[in-house]
Amino acid sequence: MVIFAFALDADSVLERVAPGLVWLATMFSLLVLVQRAFAIETDDGALDAMRVAGLDPRAIYFGKAMALAVELLILEVVLLFTAVILYRQTIPLDGVALLVLTLLTATCGLAFVGTLYGGLASGFKGRETLLPLLTLPAVAPVLIGATRAVESALGTAGAVVSDGWPWVGLLAVFAVAFGVGGSLAFGPLIDE
Amino acid sequence: MTTIDKAPTVQSQRAGTGTRGTRILGTLTIVSMVWLIAFGLGFSPADRDQQEAVRIMYVHVPTIWIAYLAFVVTAVASGFYLFKKSLGWDRLAGASAEVGTVFVALTLIVGALWGRLTWGVFWQWDARLTTTALLFVTYVGYLAVRRLGGTHEQRARRSAVIGLLAVLLIPLVHWSVRLWRSLHQEATVLDPDGDIDMDGLMLFSLFVGVIAFTLFYVWLMLHRTRVMAMEDMMEDRGLDEALASRRREAAMPDSEEN
Amino acid sequence: MEDAGFIIGSYVLTFATLALMSWRVLRSGRRLADQIPDEDKYWL
Repeated sequence: MVIFAFALDADSVLERVAPGLVWLATMFSLLVLVQRAFAIETDDGALDAMRVAGLDPRAIYFGKAMALAVELLILEVVLLFTAVILYRQTIPLDGVALLVLTLLTATCGLAFVGTLYGGLASGFKGRETLLPLLTLPAVAPVLIGATRAVESALGTAGAVVSDGWPWVGLLAVFAVAFGVGGSLAFGPLIDE
Repeated sequence: MTTIDKAPTVQSQRAGTGTRGTRILGTLTIVSMVWLIAFGLGFSPADRDQQEAVRIMYVHVPTIWIAYLAFVVTAVASGFYLFKKSLGWDRLAGASAEVGTVFVALTLIVGALWGRLTWGVFWQWDARLTTTALLFVTYVGYLAVRRLGGTHEQRARRSAVIGLLAVLLIPLVHWSVRLWRSLHQEATVLDPDGDIDMDGLMLFSLFVGVIAFTLFYVWLMLHRTRVMAMEDMMEDRGLDEALASRRREAAMPDSEEN
Repeated sequence: MEDAGFIIGSYVLTFATLALMSWRVLRSGRRLADQIPDEDKYWL
């Protein structure tokens, strides 16, 4: 977050793009978190062990996604407060509901996508390149939607709160679609 | 074809992946491509607004048409694979995704050239352009998944799932990008097709282009799926030989540690 | 004149790509066909 300030060396620019930077940082952290989560699993064969123990792949999928979502959520809150302090953002009271809902839906979407592709890429040599290649285009809608929604919630660059709600709708549809699609796809993808 | 004096077996080996059908199709493709060049660059008139630049349309529109067609085929074939579990469907999906990816790349480059002529810039953050760029990355990812290795069945199941997920993803990407751009409306008119006054000869040239490219797509699919079938056979054969030599080693009494 | 270059360029690029794809698939087809027995070729 501090490094962004060096790259974009102007206070007014930083204030305008702060929500985008928060989500950009979250997205790259997602890649790191997913990779680490699955690296641990493949190292001690926990994924295989759970499959052998007869656990439903859907249960594994949702479990891993929820764990990832919690990690991401903590990270996002920290990042957001950093943005408020460093980039002089303010959180208006009427934007709080929008902000919370955005964080929840966007995080679910990110976690579902990350878990799905992380599970697929885990255990392969090229996973450091494969994971971003699969994940980044998939989370592009989340990045767009979450950035706009947070801009509205924070009132960045004159955005109003009511503009944010269609974006939360998009994020919710995304989260549901990838939650359903991911739970169906996760079993066949890791079952090998 | 009157001068062939080789034995039939040699001839069939030399034929590679060609058959009578593909040769007829290939000839038709070349003829229609020549027509496309003649009509696109020669007979069709210049546009009132775009002048000569409109000629790019006759290759640009067929290119993106094939890209969409190829991705639809990939998705349908992926679905069929999951139901039928036949590797033919998987190879069709893979071959189609390869072609589609190349054609999307081509669409983006040629579209950038056209955009430079008509809009004055190579790239606009327009909904359609952005979706197309993300489409390209998505299918590069799909092709990367196909190369992960494992058995043919593993490859087929993985890529079929990814192929179907891409179908889930594309509408979401398009929706988000549309919403994004409509909130940040720009002054430029970004719909290039809307302001072209199509006359009969232009429509006909475009029609020739679509036919020519579709013929090419079918021709390429036939060849590529056959090549992929042979690649799979070669891999199987290599695997069989490795297994056989492993068994021979195991059968020998003095190599027990192996 | 820039227009003509762009138009010709996009045609050349498109058709060169098509030709390259055709050439590659035909070449690999020929190469592999030598190593595969004819009875495995379902299209013959």
